Order: sequence, then structure tokens, then C-alpha cells
Amino acid sequence: MSKEWPLWEIFIRGQHGLSHRHVGSLHAPDAEMAIKNARDVYTRRNEGQSIWAVEAKHISASSPSDKGPLYEPSESKVYRHPTFFDIPEDVGAM
Amino acid sequence: MYAQMVKSTGEGLKSREDMSPEEAAFQDKIDADIKIEPKDWMPEGYRKTLIRQIGQHAHSEIVGQLPEGNWITRAPTLERKAILLAKVQDEAGHGLYLYCAAETLGVSRDDLTEQLLDGRMKYSSIFNYPTLNWADMGAVGWLVDGAAIMNQVPLQRTSFGPYSRAMIRICKEESFHQRQGYDIMMKMAQGSEAQKRMAQDALNRLWFPSLMMFGPSDADSVHSVQSMAWKIKMDSNDELRQRFVDQTVPQAEYLGLTVPDESLKWNDEKGGYDFSEPDWDEFFDVIKGNGPCNVDRLAARNKAWDDGAWVREGLLAHAEKRAARKTAAE
Amino acid sequence: MSGLSKSVLYDFCLRMGDNTLILGHRVSEWCGHAPVLEEDIALANTALDLIGQTQFWLGLAADVQGEGKSADDLAFLRDAWDFRNGLLCELPNGDFGQTLMRQYLFDEWHWAMLTALQNSSEKRVSDIADKAVKEASYHLERSRDTVIGLGDGTAESHDRMQAALDYLYPYVGEFFEADTVDEAAAKEGIAPVLESLREGYDAAIKATMDAATLRLPDSRFAHKGGRNGRMHTEHLGHLLTNMQWLQRAYPGASW
Repeated sequence: MSKEWPLWEIFIRGQHGLSHRHVGSLHAPDAEMAIKNARDVYTRRNEGQSIWAVEAKHISASSPSDKGPLYEPSESKVYRHPTFFDIPEDVGAM
Repeated sequence: MYAQMVKSTGEGLKSREDMSPEEAAFQDKIDADIKIEPKDWMPEGYRKTLIRQIGQHAHSEIVGQLPEGNWITRAPTLERKAILLAKVQDEAGHGLYLYCAAETLGVSRDDLTEQLLDGRMKYSSIFNYPTLNWADMGAVGWLVDGAAIMNQVPLQRTSFGPYSRAMIRICKEESFHQRQGYDIMMKMAQGSEAQKRMAQDALNRLWFPSLMMFGPSDADSVHSVQSMAWKIKMDSNDELRQRFVDQTVPQAEYLGLTVPDESLKWNDEKGGYDFSEPDWDEFFDVIKGNGPCNVDRLAARNKAWDDGAWVREGLLAHAEKRAARKTAAE
Repeated sequence: MSGLSKSVLYDFCLRMGDNTLILGHRVSEWCGHAPVLEEDIALANTALDLIGQTQFWLGLAADVQGEGKSADDLAFLRDAWDFRNGLLCELPNGDFGQTLMRQYLFDEWHWAMLTALQNSSEKRVSDIADKAVKEASYHLERSRDTVIGLGDGTAESHDRMQAALDYLYPYVGEFFEADTVDEAAAKEGIAPVLESLREGYDAAIKATMDAATLRLPDSRFAHKGGRNGRMHTEHLGHLLTNMQWLQRAYPGASW
């Protein structure tokens, strides 16, 4: 089996001035590609964000605890929002 | 569900008296709804069961790209094409989040992938059924994603932190999937005679395979009892299946479509529908590899993996060369 | 707008929109089959952007045409000879390297073109360009890095990328050869003079290929016939057979 791309932890600063937060991980051959992949995987291309990528092996951890990150899909892709689809009320929860 | 018939240790549930102090403390945390994180102590059985379950879930997302991917190039409008592509792309994303969650348990994504490709690990039976007309894109979103959501919403509260966080992200994205599916079904059901026929045909073929997604009754399963105590399984298969039927039948009626089950009947006493069991022999055949598309699905994943080897190696080799050049320059 | 200007603008929008439609379609064929999940997701983003741009360009073309048609009508109900994309866009995906090389050679032109179109005299064109150029600049960054990474990767990846470049390079020249439509569009300030983009393009791809340790072919021979519809490749018909099937088989249905 060939060698696997290293694992990177991804941190993103959103548009509201909050500090970077962990959003998840991904694989990439190097730091630059990790940032590009993060943009494709974790922001679906919202502009105005800052991405940090840290190779997972360089992170020292005590006991991890962070809440699930919630990200807004890119604004131009409205169909990614459930409300884009007009489902009649009779149909029930969906 | 996306993870079907995951076996736990098989030893059954330990009584409090039989637990070691670590095991008891671990179970106390779970009972108190405190999340277990990767560096925390955990029983080996918990770790192994989770790897199997999350891995199978991830594989299902990845193989699940294929039946819908089958229609991306034939989507009938630009908007439908974009929506379907975005949805199938999300599935790749969901697979990625789940593999990452599994990786925190000390297994690599490549290792899990190899186990999928050589058949050691399974994926959901539903993706071994074909998508034969455009209404299948509606029915998959409506029924298959609908069934998945039934299971995934409670899993947001699962005990393992990384899995729970992945499920939260996935559920947030998944709701659009079911709604786009139903939106297609409405168009088809209100469309021409040919479109109505497609819609009914899709429902006919996918109804029972969707019910199979929840797995056979696990009322007597030792695996399920243990998994529920660990809060990595939140509801029994039968409960979820009943909930799914109760939710879906009125939606089918709204569309003017007929659920292909002559025994389907509202039962006032239990406050839910009575319905026929799927053909479990067929289910076990599919699990064993004899579903209509098993061979094709695995062949497609193997081809993507094998054909992509030179790309993965090439980009890594370049990264290493660059790093070496940088070191040499310093 | 005069009849002549209308027809020039219509043809121009078709050329832009057919490029993005056909290339977006090709890229979408990868979904579920890419070498690694991260690339699968990235390719889908590129395809989504291109399909989104298609909706703008073909929507504008349909407006200009003024026959009450939609972008979908233009995408799904024209036959091959009415398509105006560069031949490069319709060539098959081949391996991942060929797909990324095709993408890079296109992105470098597309980005330069869209940058120039931000100054178009036609506001509807510059509006589309303003939005599309941001997407194109990211596509370019990504495809350029991948071409360099695979060119300067292993011996196998290098050879595959060289083969892709040798195969695709003869389809580059078409994007810079102006005909009467292009000349009229340039004269009216709708679009730049095509030849004016060539120098920057050549310098950019030379720099990229050097970094990728790849060799640009000496011959500047160019296949043509896509942008004016005179002679597409055989590949386009098969692509359309797939893409247009439902609309053709069930005319008038609403989807």
C-alpha cells in the first residue's frame, strides 16, 4: 500500500470577527493543498474567511472538547438550504 | 441504516458488579451524557464497535455517491444538474467527516478504504439497488435520505464526541437532500402521464429496500443491547422503521402515489400503520454480495482507487521534493 | 441595440456559456470517481461554478435573442452544430491528469478573458464577469498547482502529464483566433481583442510548465471549428446524447 497523505486539522475564522475554530480534518500532501482542500470541503467557498491548517501530528492535546461546528453554505448556492424547496405543510416534517 | 447489523463485542451487557472501576466510570459518564473524547479511556469493545459502525457509515456515503451520480450527466435542467451535483458532493463530504471521526480512534482512512474495497467491510444494502429513471433521484432523496435522517438525528446525541459532531454537521446538510428529493417527486407526480409512471415505478422499486435500511428486527440482539447502553445506537430498528412508515405514507398519499404494500393499514390502537415486512431473504442476499449492483458498485470504487494511485503518489512526491528543497535552501 | 449588435452579443454569450456548460458537464462526470475524496469535492465545486456561470451566460443569450427561450432551452434543445464552445472543452476526461491539464489550459484563458470582460461596454457582460472572475481565479490557482505537483511528482505522473499536454495543446490556439464575431465584439467594446490575450497566456503557461518540468510542444498548430460550430469533435455528440436525453425524449415536460 502506498503512503497516505498526512492528516490536517482545519481551523476557520468566520465573518463575524470570532477567533479561528476547529471545523474538522482532512488529508492533503502539504500545507498549501490542505488550505485549498479546506476551502473546498469546509467553507464551500464563502469569501472573507481565514483558514489555518495544522498537521495533526503537531497538535498537543490535553482533553479535547469542542462543540460541533456549524457552517453556512455558500450564499450563491441557495439550493443547499432546505428552505429553497417549497414543501407543502400537509406533507409534514421534512 | 447506513450502518446495518454492526456487531459489538458479542459478549452482551456487563452487569455493574462485573465492571472494572474504569468500565464503571466510563459507563457513568455515558449515563450522565458526558461525551467520550478520543484521548479518554474507553473499553476496547467500544472502540472496535465504533470503528466498524462509523466506517460502515462512511463507506455508505461514498458508495452512495454512485447511484445518484449515475444521473448527474442526464439531469434534465441546469438547476437540477447543479442541485444533484451539490447533493452528491455533500455525500463525499459526509464520508470525509465520518472517516475523520473514525481516524480519531486510531485507524487510518486508507486502511478503512482497503477493507471496503476487498469486501471485509460493508456499506448499506440500499446502494446495491439501481437508479433506473429520473424519478429515482426524487425517491432516493425522499425515501433513502428520509430513512437515513430518522437514524442520524438521534445519533447527534451519540456518546462519542467526534461522531456526534460529524452527525450534527451531516444532519444540518442532509435536510436539503430530502427536500430536494420530495421536490422532484412533486414535479413528477404532477407532471405528464409518463412522469407519473416514472414516479410510481421509483416508489415501487425503492419502498421495500428503504424499509430494509433499518435492518432486521433487533429486539433480541445482544449487539444492539450493548450498543444502546453505550449510546452509539439510540433506537431499535423496529422503532425507527415504524416511525419512517408513519411519516412517509401520508407523504406518498399527498403525491397521489400508491405504496406497494397491500397490507398497509392504519392501526388506531397503536397509533401507527401496520405494514408488510420486507423480504429478508432478499436482504441477506444483498448483504452477501448478490444484490443487483454489488459487483458494479465495488468495481467502480476499486477502479477509482486504483486509477487514482499515481495521482496520490505524484502529489505526495512533489510535496516531499518541495519540503526537501526548502530545507536545503535554509 | 441594432440587429447586428444583438447578433454579435448573442453569439458572444453562446461562446462563453457553451464553454462553461460543456466543460462543467465533463468535470461533473468525475463525481464519485476521483482519486481521493478531497479532489472529488474540489472537482464538484469547479463543475458547480461552471454550471452556475452557464446559467448566467445562456440566460443572457436567451434574453438578447428575444424569442422567449430560457437558458435550459438553449442548453438542452440545440444540436451539436449550434454549439459554440472551444473544442478543448468537449474533449474526453481521460485520466485525472488529462482532466486537470485541460482545466488548467482553459482556466488560464478563462481568467484572462473574464478579467478583460470586467471592462466590457455591455453592463450585463461585465456583471457576469465580476462574479465569474473570482471563481475562475480560484480554479486557476488550484489547477495550476495540481499540474505543477503532478508534473514534478513521480516519473509516472510526469509522463502522464506530458502526454496530456501533448494531446491538449493543439486545442489551445482556437481560443485566440478571432473571426468576424470576435472582431465586431471587440470593436463595440463588448470583449477584448482575442489576440491581445495571447502574450500573457503564453508567458503564464510557460512559467507553469517550467515549474512542472514539462515541455510545451514546438508546433503552434491549432484545431478549430468549435467556436464557430463549423466542425466539432465526435465527442460532443455523445455528450449531448447524454445531457439532452430527458428533454428530447419527453418534450414539453416540466422537471
